[in-house]
Amino acid sequence: MIRARALEKRYGRKRVFAGIDLDLPADGFLVVTGANGSGKTTLLRVLTGLASATRGELRVEADRGRIGHLAHEPLVYRELSALENLDLFGRLYRVPERRERIGMLLERFGLWEARNERVAAYSRGMLQRLALCRTLLHDPDLLVLDEPFSALDEEGAALLDRELAELAGNRAFVVSTHDPARLAPLSTARLALT
Amino acid sequence: MTYLTDVSALARKDLKIELRARDTLPAMLLFVLSTLVVFHFALPAESASDAAYGLLWVAIVFTALLGLSRAWVPEHEHGVLDGLILAPCDRSAIWLGKTLATLAFLLAAQVVALPAFALFFASLDVTAVAGVVLADVGICVVGSLLAAMAAASRARELLLPLLVLPLSIPLIVGGVGAAISPDGERYLLFLALYDAVFAVLSWASFEYVVTE
Repeated sequence: MIRARALEKRYGRKRVFAGIDLDLPADGFLVVTGANGSGKTTLLRVLTGLASATRGELRVEADRGRIGHLAHEPLVYRELSALENLDLFGRLYRVPERRERIGMLLERFGLWEARNERVAAYSRGMLQRLALCRTLLHDPDLLVLDEPFSALDEEGAALLDRELAELAGNRAFVVSTHDPARLAPLSTARLALT
Repeated sequence: MTYLTDVSALARKDLKIELRARDTLPAMLLFVLSTLVVFHFALPAESASDAAYGLLWVAIVFTALLGLSRAWVPEHEHGVLDGLILAPCDRSAIWLGKTLATLAFLLAAQVVALPAFALFFASLDVTAVAGVVLADVGICVVGSLLAAMAAASRARELLLPLLVLPLSIPLIVGGVGAAISPDGERYLLFLALYDAVFAVLSWASFEYVVTE
């Protein structure tokens, strides 16, 4: 799914990361670790195509519409409700049977009751749940998740554990985390950024 | 057809957000009205109406700048632009949806501004109004692209006028010409040509503006 050789990213003279080699199969699960500022988020943005690498070779086999990206920000409109946000993204991502899929995800992530509330009124944990719904909406082949457990309460984190366990093995994952032990049972490869 | 559906969904989303947040349109209406009132008292009573047409264009351009400076704010809150960029739709649809929504706000501001101008200064004929509409299209076409560029910068409030104002000069020339020249149709043609050229350029270059 992903093949990278000598990948490097710089902003001007500042080197964010360098010399990254990756081979992630279509059912692989890569865990990316590293201290704050080590370049995890930038690497994930490069892998999704949101940023370009300064040097090196990168091949991602998934089209951009087949990538699910969970970022630090939830990537949803504050003034729209959860339902309106997911409906918009469902249209743009060409999700078949959009309404059924949205309803199922909102139900599964415990947001069905709050589906018509404006996102601006959501707590940080609810926003993260909604962001996960948006990420999984189009049933992507490659999931790129940047610290997916952040802001989730115990119940939300357990739910995400179950989701990841269910989805792992039939699609590719790149997940950055500060808690690699949590993902150890699913992980097939690990990359530590320094 | 899918392209137009995407554009329509994106533009409707902006209108819905504005209806709820009321961040942009009330500010534009208040600004254009207060500017015309200030000019009404600042301009000597014996001034020629040609000078007033020039002031109308000052009010229009700065009202448009106000709208453009807010145009991409919803996309930059919560990083939504990344989500849109990753969608499999044509990225120019994002620009076109934003352009149409911004144009709707600007035209709504003109619905108030033009009668106010006629009340305070001088009447506007059909050619002058057509000039305003065509110039609005041009400002939104170019401005939506430049506002997307500026929005990614920390100095966006400073950058946007610096980028938009030089490119608005032909629109001001065309708009004032359509209002005061006996050969106003030629200026309308000039404005339509400007709109067409910059629409194609903005449509084609948006993808490169929003990717790192």
